[in-house]
Amino acid sequence: MRRKKNKLIALALTLMGMMVLLAGCGDDLASQDVLKRVKASNEISWGVKSDTRLFGLMSIRTGKVEGFDVDIATAVSKEIFGDQVEVNIVPVTSNTRMSLLKNGNVDALASTLTITPERKKEVLFSDVYFNAGQALMVKKGSKIKSVKDLTKGTKVIGLQGSNSVDNVKKAAPEAKILQLPDAAQAFAALKSGQGDAMTSDNAILYGLAADDSDYEIVGGTFTKEPYGLGINLGQEKFQKAVDQALKAIETDGTYAKIVKKWFGKIDGFDGGVVK
Amino acid sequence: MITILTDHWADLVSGVRITLSASLLALLGSLIIGVIFALFVISPLKPLRVLGNIYIEIFRNIPLLVVALFFYIVIPQFVVQIDGFTAGTIGLTIYTSAFIAETVRAGIESVDIGQMEAARSNGMTYLQAMTYIVLPQAIKIVIPPLGNQFVNLVKNSSVLAFLAGFDLMYQANLIVSSTLKTTDTYLAVGLLYLLMTMPLSYLMRYLEKRWAKQPAND
Repeated sequence: MRRKKNKLIALALTLMGMMVLLAGCGDDLASQDVLKRVKASNEISWGVKSDTRLFGLMSIRTGKVEGFDVDIATAVSKEIFGDQVEVNIVPVTSNTRMSLLKNGNVDALASTLTITPERKKEVLFSDVYFNAGQALMVKKGSKIKSVKDLTKGTKVIGLQGSNSVDNVKKAAPEAKILQLPDAAQAFAALKSGQGDAMTSDNAILYGLAADDSDYEIVGGTFTKEPYGLGINLGQEKFQKAVDQALKAIETDGTYAKIVKKWFGKIDGFDGGVVK
Repeated sequence: MITILTDHWADLVSGVRITLSASLLALLGSLIIGVIFALFVISPLKPLRVLGNIYIEIFRNIPLLVVALFFYIVIPQFVVQIDGFTAGTIGLTIYTSAFIAETVRAGIESVDIGQMEAARSNGMTYLQAMTYIVLPQAIKIVIPPLGNQFVNLVKNSSVLAFLAGFDLMYQANLIVSSTLKTTDTYLAVGLLYLLMTMPLSYLMRYLEKRWAKQPAND
């Protein structure tokens, strides 16, 4: 009986010890001042999507993640810390990006993160760096022409971890919504007829439709999706520096160059970019 | 964590319901298919043995996600339109049945060959001897490893989250994306999975103990 009790106490102590350790790890990196640390180590990490064409996509040729978000993150880092700063691009998904930021695995997010009031409770946002809007993609010849055609019995495919789904719920409450883990899988599901339309931010959909001419974007945008860079709570100084850097790259023309590089050739891109 | 449970209770409950129904369907299905293929593998007929081995080796050695995605993406394009829940449950059933077939085969082979010989020499056919003499003994032997398979099956049902199957994991991902409360949500969901798998573990342990007490051939 006594031995059993001792065992229990030992177990409880071990568990508590582990919790303390975990908690200790948790706030160490993330609560350090990013500005100071990067200045000391000359190295900054950004969380970027690696599966989103045009914004952040792993290039098979170079083995690196390339896209609009990567270029913005690099430009902002160089503006703040100087040209010789080393920029690490860490691939994230919609589901993992928040934990990676909070753990301190990445210093900031440039991952097509839409600014919403609810998210503002968990993360600091920079100023808007890209104004996207939500749109619908369908197979050519589909009877769905806009969000109004999403009536009862239609199925819409969306992406997990994105807020586009909540918007469809508001715009078309009768439609059934299926959420898939990433853009490639969602597109595959649309192709195999799991849904009648796919919804996401227009910029992402243009990237997919550029790949397959059987699919088109219909009805224009029905929401505003301002993207912001994500920064840990408590890092107000870093947030300020990022905002200043965004303004600086806008005035010196770097921003316009990056926009042109990624969206200049997109057919029918309706210029949702207003910063 | 409490706020996640209270704010999203309805979503979580519907997720648990889907997870449980997918698991139950797959459990029944994979048990039946698994026993059939186990019998194929030990059958005296060569074509059946070959067929059984091919089935087991293929589905035991492909990741569950690939099997499930095959039913979700490929089958609708060429055969019949099925939704994420159906595709996921079929994938789970087939994947698990390969493991159950192996488990049951091992169980049958561990029953002394003399049992089969004695039954046959008393005038039973092969099928009768298998059904009345060998299988009842084998089942008692395979209860513990089978229990592991069933617990794995409940956990593996989270594959539905990748196919828009509306299960518990799917709901968890949605809650995370709207609240950004990653740790709390996955902790709460882990707890709910525990509530589903622990009783199953205890039930299997109880059966194991109870059947171990009885003589082998009742």
